[in-house]
Amino acid sequence: MLSKPTIRIFMLIAKEVTREYRSGDQQIAVLRDVSFSIPQGSFVAIVGPSGSGKTTLLGLLAGLDTPTRGQVILDGSDLTKMSENERARLRGEKVGFVFQSFQLIPTLTARENIQVPLELQGADGAAARADDLLERIGLKARGHHFPMQLSGGEQQRVAIARAFANNPRILFADEPTGNLDAATGARVFELLESLNRESGSTIVLVTHDAMLAQRASRTIRLADGAVVGDTEATA
Amino acid sequence: MTSLPPASAYNGRASFRQLAGLTWRESRSARRRLLLYMSAISLGVAALVAIDSFADNVTRSVREQSRALLGGDISFSSNRPYTAEQNAFLDTLAIKNGATYAHVVTFPSMALVPRSGGTRLVQVRAVSANYPFYGEITTEPAGRWSMLKTAPVALVDPSLLVSLNAHVGDSITLGLGRFVIAATLKDVPGSAGVAEIIGPRVFIPERYLPETQLLVFGSTADYGVLAKLPNKANPDKIIGPERPKLEKMQLRARTVTQSEENTTEAIKQLSQFIGIVGLVALLLGGVGVASGVRAFVARKIDTVAILRCLGASSGQVLAMYVAQAAAMGLIGSIAGAALGVAVQFGLPSVFKDFLPVDVTVTLEPAAILTGIAIGGWIALIFSLRPLLALRNVSPLQTLRRDADSEVLRMRWNDIPRVAVNVALALSVVAIALLRASTVRQGLSISGATFAVIGVLTLSAVLLSWLSRKALREHWPYVIRQGVANLYRPANQTQSVILSLGFGAFLITTLVLVQSNLLKQFNIKVDKSNANLVFFDIQEDQFLPVDSMVRSSGKVLQTAPIVTMRIASINDRSVEQIIGDARARITADSLARAQRGEKPLTGEERRDAQRNAPNGPGGRQQQAGRPGWALRRDYRSTYRDKLTSSEKIVQGKWFSAAAQHGDTGEVSFEKDVADELHIKLGDVITWDVQGVQIASRVTSLREVTWARFEPNFFAVFSPRSLRDAPKQFVLLADVRGTPKVAALQRDIVKRFPNVSSVDLSLVQQTVEKILRKVSTAIRFMALFSLAMGIPVLFSAVAATRRDRIREGVLLKTLGATRGQIMKILLAEYALLGILGSLTGMVLAIGGGWAITHYVFDNDFSPALGSAVAIAGAMLGLTVAIGLLAGRDVFRETPMSALREG
Repeated sequence: MLSKPTIRIFMLIAKEVTREYRSGDQQIAVLRDVSFSIPQGSFVAIVGPSGSGKTTLLGLLAGLDTPTRGQVILDGSDLTKMSENERARLRGEKVGFVFQSFQLIPTLTARENIQVPLELQGADGAAARADDLLERIGLKARGHHFPMQLSGGEQQRVAIARAFANNPRILFADEPTGNLDAATGARVFELLESLNRESGSTIVLVTHDAMLAQRASRTIRLADGAVVGDTEATA
Repeated sequence: MTSLPPASAYNGRASFRQLAGLTWRESRSARRRLLLYMSAISLGVAALVAIDSFADNVTRSVREQSRALLGGDISFSSNRPYTAEQNAFLDTLAIKNGATYAHVVTFPSMALVPRSGGTRLVQVRAVSANYPFYGEITTEPAGRWSMLKTAPVALVDPSLLVSLNAHVGDSITLGLGRFVIAATLKDVPGSAGVAEIIGPRVFIPERYLPETQLLVFGSTADYGVLAKLPNKANPDKIIGPERPKLEKMQLRARTVTQSEENTTEAIKQLSQFIGIVGLVALLLGGVGVASGVRAFVARKIDTVAILRCLGASSGQVLAMYVAQAAAMGLIGSIAGAALGVAVQFGLPSVFKDFLPVDVTVTLEPAAILTGIAIGGWIALIFSLRPLLALRNVSPLQTLRRDADSEVLRMRWNDIPRVAVNVALALSVVAIALLRASTVRQGLSISGATFAVIGVLTLSAVLLSWLSRKALREHWPYVIRQGVANLYRPANQTQSVILSLGFGAFLITTLVLVQSNLLKQFNIKVDKSNANLVFFDIQEDQFLPVDSMVRSSGKVLQTAPIVTMRIASINDRSVEQIIGDARARITADSLARAQRGEKPLTGEERRDAQRNAPNGPGGRQQQAGRPGWALRRDYRSTYRDKLTSSEKIVQGKWFSAAAQHGDTGEVSFEKDVADELHIKLGDVITWDVQGVQIASRVTSLREVTWARFEPNFFAVFSPRSLRDAPKQFVLLADVRGTPKVAALQRDIVKRFPNVSSVDLSLVQQTVEKILRKVSTAIRFMALFSLAMGIPVLFSAVAATRRDRIREGVLLKTLGATRGQIMKILLAEYALLGILGSLTGMVLAIGGGWAITHYVFDNDFSPALGSAVAIAGAMLGLTVAIGLLAGRDVFRETPMSALREG
């Protein structure tokens, strides 16, 4: 008797994604024919040595850039067929970001930084939501502080709270612990995981930290702009 | 762990309130910086608001006090006693329109206070008992004006008492008349301080005028009649139809409306000039704003990239920053307007001596709002250009940061960019048209602005190209690096050359125009030894006056004066010539009306007359001759030699034959000959007190009027006028104040009608006025220079981050402070030299154009000032550049490199 097939809904599909840059007279391919699919709710790590094209791939998957060739489909929307403003709207609705250098807006307080994605989407109750998230990340008392008044770990926690503010369907994290010491990094990552568990978001993590990558359910390995490995973690 | 609350329901896009809130919060740290950039326009707005408000204040004050200024509804005047025909005209007007009349005869005379022995040239005003109809003349002690109705008293300016060492109650002698000084004048409507300093006023009753016996043959006097009309009568309607008759009778008539126009004309011209300076300052401010906002935009790249990552559209991002810039521009303009209002309150005291009315200072909402609107718009449109680049900031910059210049690069044919450029150009044209007095002037100002920007841009391109070509391998490293900075990617050559050159151009033009205007007043008293001038000397008084003067000092020059009018030019009478002109203007107006065009304004009409073609027939030329030059009294002289203050520019001085021919020869002053369209060989017939004398124009002279010497529009060959009735003017050199005072006193006692002026007093007065004007000009120049500083700062700030990053990198690689400073010095010195020199050369062209076309004056480039300004701008550029270098050493290599 055949087992009932499981229906896998893909949150992200990359089809033969190639990204080339012009350098003088030469075309340099940073990514070549990269293809994979990421089901909804997964936690995928993209790893590889420096210069392998990890960050370029993340930019393409998140719709921050467009491929020279190939297709990126995010939650059913083909990013390659969308204008920059349409992609921005999609990001605002469905995508969260966590960056290595935190990328908080220096002129806004921690609380205001968390509010931004909600306000850009025209959501009501942005302030209440920000307060709630501040409480969740343990920084309720520091909501009125500006980024420069916070430590690195605190800034990244605010960045994570901001990433989850609009309940994203997918979260992209670029070396989220790269600028933090090991202990702080570990605590921040735990926070990321815990919030993700509650929201059920898909996570795409770019890292060269093998320990961090081990915590993902799947690891895609890049080298010289091509996928050289794609392994599921054994439970 | 508690579960996350659900995200609220999205409505798709941020509401206005949400976006405004985000904009407000995001602007937190940028407000001060943006406001600093926007302050570049504050001074321009301040100038506009101050001068417009002040001009409005003056105009309104003149309107309110116009009847008091004139003293009646209509003022008639003539420089001769009224003829029977003129009196009959006034009688008819009185019967037809119910006019009543008051009289005032004004003339210069010597005043003597017998008790102190002091003498002084004064302006006598002999007034009838009912003078003036409107306005109140106040005295000290109060209420003494009415004494003029009953007694032989004099009311005098306070300055006269000081200079004559007299006081109220003393007697004062005017000619053969003696008056008691009853009071000093406190407030007389229509008085301007300067006139009062040169000739203090003495009011006496008209009925005692004959006793003075001052008004003799050839005396200079103005016979005024003030008319008061019944309440609802319109003076312009009554006088309008009578104009031809009045002109024929040579009786001048002014109504309240004309008086208002005449009084406000000068202040309008002044406000227009300062208004143009303000506009130019505003445009310079606009350039500063653009540079400053470029720097601001570079700082915002990271934030914009994050916002784009978080879902902000390019429109939302642009809207946020445009709103920030607009709000700060508005605040900058409001601050400028507030400064302008403060200045406005101070202006009446500065111009007190030159104003005929007491100016009531009130806030002028129209001027304030216009200033704010123009300033706000300039700030917005100039900042829009760099802000547009923010649309291009990719969210990818959060992951991988490119150089600022790369991120902000815009295509030349980017449609919004082209649209903003067009809007900017149109705004400059529109504002120039709004401020200028004529369309031509407005188009010239905006055309010149674009031409200057074009030439500066070209210079910048040329400098980049030249520095690339000229660079040599064997040059020291720091020089090579500095020169290479001028052409490499992300260079600041264009922005600095444009800001610096534009600033240097504006400031130098302003200073050159001002120094050329001021040159007119630069009276060279030192060239003449004369310190005393006697005039109104009758023929029979000449010899005794001459010998009295010789007994105290030297007689330097004497000149006979013959009063005359032009009767005809080339056998066409003055009436015919004026008739031709009127017919031409009427035909022209009809043609314009048929074409559906607006009638010409007064100024345009004057322009048209000035530019009338000088065809050979003469008829067309005559049509353009201004009435005043045809109808005026000419006080001419005759002599056989040129004086040191004149030179022949066309024709020849009188020939020997001129002494014997039937038609005499006359030499005309060039400017008045131009006004009259007179050329060499023309025959002018003069009416010399009833006798017709013909003369042929044989030479044209250029006269230096700004000398204390008697100069004349028409100088005749001696034979032509020798027998005509005349009076004399005599220039003397008498040393020592007591000697001067004694001579003046002796002459006035023996010949009361002879007036004299102590030129050293005049010189002091002129110097006092010049000092005020010079102070005003120095202030304007400093103001302009002050404008240049924030603009230059903004220009350098635009690329400051790139500079610091590079500097820190060089430092990391081992460059010393001295090396980095030398690199910066080479770069900024080259930028400074080219920018300020280009600006200076352009300014000489601009200064010439303005002096020549707008002010109708000769231009001489004040190279000293121009070079000094260029030097100051160069120094400023280098200083600002080196200040950026100082920041390089404040940054740690890590912080700067991490940022990059």
